[in-house]
Amino acid sequence: MNVLRNRDELGAHLRFQEPGKAREMAATLAHVTRSIGREPVSVMHVCGSHEQAIARYGLRAVFPRELDVIMGPGCPVCVTDVPEVDEAVLLAAQGVRVFTYGDMLRVPGSVKSLADVKAEGGKVDVVYGIGQAVQLACETQEECVFFASGFETTAVATAAVILAGVPENFSVLSAHKYIPPVMEIVAEMPQTRIEGFLAAGHAAAITGSAIFERFAERYKLPVVVTGFEPLDILAGLIRLVELVRDGRAEVANMYPRCVTREGNRPAQEALWSVFRPIGGRWRGIAHVPNGNLRLRDRFAHVDARRRFTIDLHQLWDRAPANLTQHCICGDIMAGIAAPTGCSLYGNQCDPDHPVGACMVSSEGTCRIWHQYGGHLDLGYGS
Amino acid sequence: MCLGVPGEVVSIDGNTATVDFFGVRRQVRLDIVDEPVKPGDYVMNHVGFAIRRIAPEEIGETIALYELLLRTAAEEDLMAADVRGEIGATEGERSA
Repeated sequence: MNVLRNRDELGAHLRFQEPGKAREMAATLAHVTRSIGREPVSVMHVCGSHEQAIARYGLRAVFPRELDVIMGPGCPVCVTDVPEVDEAVLLAAQGVRVFTYGDMLRVPGSVKSLADVKAEGGKVDVVYGIGQAVQLACETQEECVFFASGFETTAVATAAVILAGVPENFSVLSAHKYIPPVMEIVAEMPQTRIEGFLAAGHAAAITGSAIFERFAERYKLPVVVTGFEPLDILAGLIRLVELVRDGRAEVANMYPRCVTREGNRPAQEALWSVFRPIGGRWRGIAHVPNGNLRLRDRFAHVDARRRFTIDLHQLWDRAPANLTQHCICGDIMAGIAAPTGCSLYGNQCDPDHPVGACMVSSEGTCRIWHQYGGHLDLGYGS
Repeated sequence: MCLGVPGEVVSIDGNTATVDFFGVRRQVRLDIVDEPVKPGDYVMNHVGFAIRRIAPEEIGETIALYELLLRTAAEEDLMAADVRGEIGATEGERSA
C-alpha cells in the first residue's frame, strides 16, 4: 500500500494504523529531508501537545539526523510573564479567591508562586476550566477571580462564558496569549535558523489556516497545520520539509478533519468581541506586539485588573535572588537552546523542584523531555 | 492544554450536549461550535466547550488512539493527564 502517492490527499486519508505505517512515513521523511542536501534542516512547532506526542511516542528517534524539530513558544503557562503570575499572587494575598488551571499553580512569580500563597492560607483553587470556576463562584459571596491562561483555543471558552453572563462576584485576570504574532517574533530573531513552522491543529481549528497565509508570504516560510496523532505529525513534517526543499512559502493544511481555511467563525466572533490584542512580554522571549489578549472596555466590570488595585511594586521591592537567573527557558522557547543545554536541567531543576516554568507545565519542553526521554515507542496496541 | 478531546454526541438540550467520552457521559457547551451538531456526530472539545464538529466518517481511528492512551498510560503520563483534564473540564451528567 503506497499511502504516500498523492501527498495532497495524504492529510485527508490519514488513519491511525499499524506502527509499520509510521516507519514507512519516517523513511519518506528521511528521504525528503536528505534530498535537500544540507543539514541541519530546522523546523519549529509551537504547541506543547505536539511536543508531548513527539516525545511520548519517541518520534525523534525516527526523525532523520539531518532534521531538527524544535519546540517554540508553545506552552501557554511557560510564556505567562512573571508580572502576570505576580498579579494573581497579589490578588490571592489580599483575600480574593483565585481559580487557576493546575499547571499554573507552581509557576514561580518574582517572589512566590500561587502554591506558596495557598500554603500561607491564601484561597487558591485548581479548576479544570472556567465553567467550573463560575460554578464555584455561584456558591459563595466572596470575590472570585479566574486566572485565565492559555492560547486562543482556551481564550474562546473564557469569551463564551463572559458573553453568557457571570455572577457579580466573578471576574477574570486574563493572561491569554495569541500565537500568530509570536511566530513573527521568532522568524525575526537574528539568531533564528527556523525554515518552516508546524502550526497547532486545535488552535488553527479556531483561527483557520488562512491566518498563516500573510505570515508565510511575508517571512518566506512555509506553515503546515497538523494534528496530534503520531501519523499526523509525521505527515505534517513530510509536507513541511517538502515545502522547504522546494522553496515554497505556502500554507498547507494536513488536518482537514479539524481545520478549515476560514476556521470557526462563531468562536472567532466570541473571541474578538470580548478580547482585544495588545502588546506585552512573553516570559523570557520578548515583547510581542498584539501577543496578549485583554478584555475590551465593555467588559471592564469583569476585568480583575480594573476591579482591584494590584500594586506590583509591593512585591518587586523585595529582591528575588535565586536560581532563576541561570534558567534558560526563554532561549528554549525561542528555539535557540535545548533543555539538555541548560546547566540546571535534571540537576537543580526537575519536576519536583522546578526553577523555570518549562519544567512546571505538562506542556513545557523541559518537563516533557524529563518525563519521556527520547526512545522510540510506537507500541500502541501491539 | 491545547490537545482537546473527541467525544460522540448522544443528545442535545438547547445549548448543551451530552457527549460520550470513552464510556463516560458528560455535558459539553455548544456556544462556540463551528456548525450545528446532531446525535451521532463527534465533537472536538476543549475546556468544556465543543470547538469543532467532526462527521462520524471523518473520525477515523482517532477515538481508538485516545482510548488506548487513556487505558495504557501510566498515572503520571503528561499527555494522558491533559486528556483526563479535558474530560474533567466538562460537567457531569445532569440528573433527570
